[in-house]
Amino acid sequence: MKVKILNSLTLLVLCALIWSCNPQKEGDSSSEASTGTDSHPMGQASVVDEVSDPNILQVAISSEPHSTLVAGVQAAEIEHVLVNAGPLTVFAPVNAAFDALPEGTLENLLKPENKEDLATIITRHAAPGSYDIDALKREAKKGRKLYMATGDYLEVTVDGDDVSVGGAKIVGTVAASNGIIHVIEKVILP
Amino acid sequence: MKTNIIKNTLFISALAFLFSCGQAGDRGGNGALSSNIAEKVYVAPGERDEQYAFLSGGYSGNLTVYGLPSGRLFKEIPVFSQFPTSGYGYSEETKPMLNTSFGFIPWDDLHHPDISQTNGELDGRWIFANGNNTPRIARISLTTFETEEIIEVPNSAGNHSSSFITENTEYVVAGTRFSVPVPQKDMPISEYKANFKGALTFIAVDQEHGHLDIKFQLLMPGFNYDLSHPGRGKSHGWFFFSTYNTEEANSLLEVNASQNDKDFIAAINWKKIEEYVNNGGGTKMPAKYAHNVYDESTHTATSTMKNEVLTVNPADVPGAIYFLPTPKSPHGCDVDPSGQYIIGSGKLSANITVHSFDKMLAAIDAEKFDGDAYGIPIINYDDVLAGSVQSGGLGPLHTEFDGKGNAYTTFFISSEVVKWKLGTWEVVDRKPTYYSVGHLMIPGGNSRKPHGKYLVAMNKITKDRYLPTGPEMEHSAQIYDISGEKMELLYDFPTHGEPHYAAGCDADLLVNNSKKIYRIDENNHPYAIKSPAEARVERDGKEVHIYMSTIRSHFTPDNIEGIKVGDKVYFHITNHEQDFDVPHGFSMIGQRTSEILVMPGQTKTSLWEPERVGVWPFYCTDFCSALHQEMQGYIRVSPANSNIELSYTLDGDDI
Repeated sequence: MKVKILNSLTLLVLCALIWSCNPQKEGDSSSEASTGTDSHPMGQASVVDEVSDPNILQVAISSEPHSTLVAGVQAAEIEHVLVNAGPLTVFAPVNAAFDALPEGTLENLLKPENKEDLATIITRHAAPGSYDIDALKREAKKGRKLYMATGDYLEVTVDGDDVSVGGAKIVGTVAASNGIIHVIEKVILP
Repeated sequence: MKTNIIKNTLFISALAFLFSCGQAGDRGGNGALSSNIAEKVYVAPGERDEQYAFLSGGYSGNLTVYGLPSGRLFKEIPVFSQFPTSGYGYSEETKPMLNTSFGFIPWDDLHHPDISQTNGELDGRWIFANGNNTPRIARISLTTFETEEIIEVPNSAGNHSSSFITENTEYVVAGTRFSVPVPQKDMPISEYKANFKGALTFIAVDQEHGHLDIKFQLLMPGFNYDLSHPGRGKSHGWFFFSTYNTEEANSLLEVNASQNDKDFIAAINWKKIEEYVNNGGGTKMPAKYAHNVYDESTHTATSTMKNEVLTVNPADVPGAIYFLPTPKSPHGCDVDPSGQYIIGSGKLSANITVHSFDKMLAAIDAEKFDGDAYGIPIINYDDVLAGSVQSGGLGPLHTEFDGKGNAYTTFFISSEVVKWKLGTWEVVDRKPTYYSVGHLMIPGGNSRKPHGKYLVAMNKITKDRYLPTGPEMEHSAQIYDISGEKMELLYDFPTHGEPHYAAGCDADLLVNNSKKIYRIDENNHPYAIKSPAEARVERDGKEVHIYMSTIRSHFTPDNIEGIKVGDKVYFHITNHEQDFDVPHGFSMIGQRTSEILVMPGQTKTSLWEPERVGVWPFYCTDFCSALHQEMQGYIRVSPANSNIELSYTLDGDDI
């Protein structure tokens, strides 16, 4: 799996190179990136590390059901946020969740001119802090709302074994080196 | 495009060279020449240096890690000194590292780092260093960049001709500067002569783990043993030590140890002595010395007191030890990459003396001796001398090599590095240093295969080189490019403590071995917890053990009650991060120790003995995350006779 992550990372760097429309110089420690003077600033996302546990970005990239989310992260150029020391809790909608959006919404958001809107929508799925399932249940029990990176507050609800955030049910949880990913079934819209 | 730039700069520098009139070393700007030099040391943001340089910290007791050619400081590795920056020597796990037969000693004077070798070439496994003051040898891992082992050296004092290694790292060698009574006893100082001994200690290195064990101590005449180097290549199996004070003076040495026209380089056939010892030779002598080993798997050091050492009397191993007469209180004792030349730099001499290994063997065969000293044959000076470098400098100290037939010697008094040719002894270049240079270092310059592109000169006097900072200035070091016929001064940077000596190597040798994290599943610390869910607090009489977890961005538990005045509270902190470069720290108000830094996957212990009733905070000292400032907790301390129950929580809940 680690090899796969690396390959994906390489691919990501290459993609970033091809997609970039904002040439900018940035020093990078990885050999791939050091040739990529045309890339947008990837920052920590370009650090090569095969030893540490995978970070949120690496986990997302290696997860096929999150390819739409990853494409969105890349289009919004916020990769470095997901590899930062954080900690972050990311609620990651699966591809089907994006497919369920009104027709044309996703295509529209992926347009370069809508980069900031896209970034806001994705960032709304991230909470500063590391909240595992137990921590989320505590939020619900103690009546605390979850503070998201955009400044929104989302309600955490528990129904039997099901935990939902902002109305999106959590169907899986993956620990990452810099936080936690909860897989959700729908996109959390304002 | 880069090639073009290089070509252009080469062209420009060639032009500049043609136009220049020997201004290298000038401090002012030199137009094209200066910009060319700047490019040679400029490592752009995000790019990496070509080489590592490990500079000793001298009286700081530490080892500093720099990059070449940038001169950037990467790390300070604590070795012989307590170091609050990491908690080394303060945490319960590392306190044993500084244990000695004299008890806990928080400091030493670190002088001569040497990187391990295989077949005479640097292999990048470990770096060794000596503590001068309370004689010790340390082994530092070049994967974790942590001190893993320290062994005390008995019967030694001012452990200066150390810690040099043989060419397969069979031994790390430690020679005494001061001769002393062996064993120590109460006697008049004036009876030094013929009664004091100089111990040369050969410490065997276990090849798998690097563990150190004193194989034997050679009890030499009571001279001062100053520096040493191993034979290599053809002279592998021999070790060479410079001596001064062959007069055996015990006072005002600056005069009384400068009487003899020549002192000696002692040539020791250690293979012969090893064989003698392996066949049951030597005398076991009672001795007390500490052996401290850090175990990476338990993250804990243990200190063992040893009580015996094997000593060898030179008279018992005839044919193993000879003296090579060398003018005039020789300091440096260096061996060229081929192993043929042994270079002695008499600090009071203007010239550099070079002995020949081949001539030495021939003279021994033909018994061309000029008497003996305490039964050790003195070889005729003319029968061992290969040549003498008429340097024109003053105060030669140390020599290193570039592997291309050149030697580079520092001159303290005339503040310069002199380049000369092995074999012809002709001086080919000289460049000033700023000021009063001691050692110099060429990466690998102390091996069969120097990685010679840069030379670092380490100076004792700084004066006006940098912005003034009061009466004390950090020492200075200068980097020279030695890839051409003439040396070129590239850069000048301040160092920390005394950069007494250094070792260096190509970055490639170490980069891929450098550890990123410790695996939590491989953590065998007795107080480790494998997950935050195992966090707990246990009382055992007056001792309280807190099994605490850190992960961004909280401690588990972070509220603890039921601690009492007079308790001994041990915080056993396991960092559950598995992410490179994300340590957490810990500090407690009023704690009579330093903070500790806990690496990912590691467990460390900090002791607190609460003295006052109250509610006392602790926090994470390392800026770990966006919520670092939230990473804190409280401990309630009640009176000694209180009956508050022990409790511990996170977010108000039991764990």
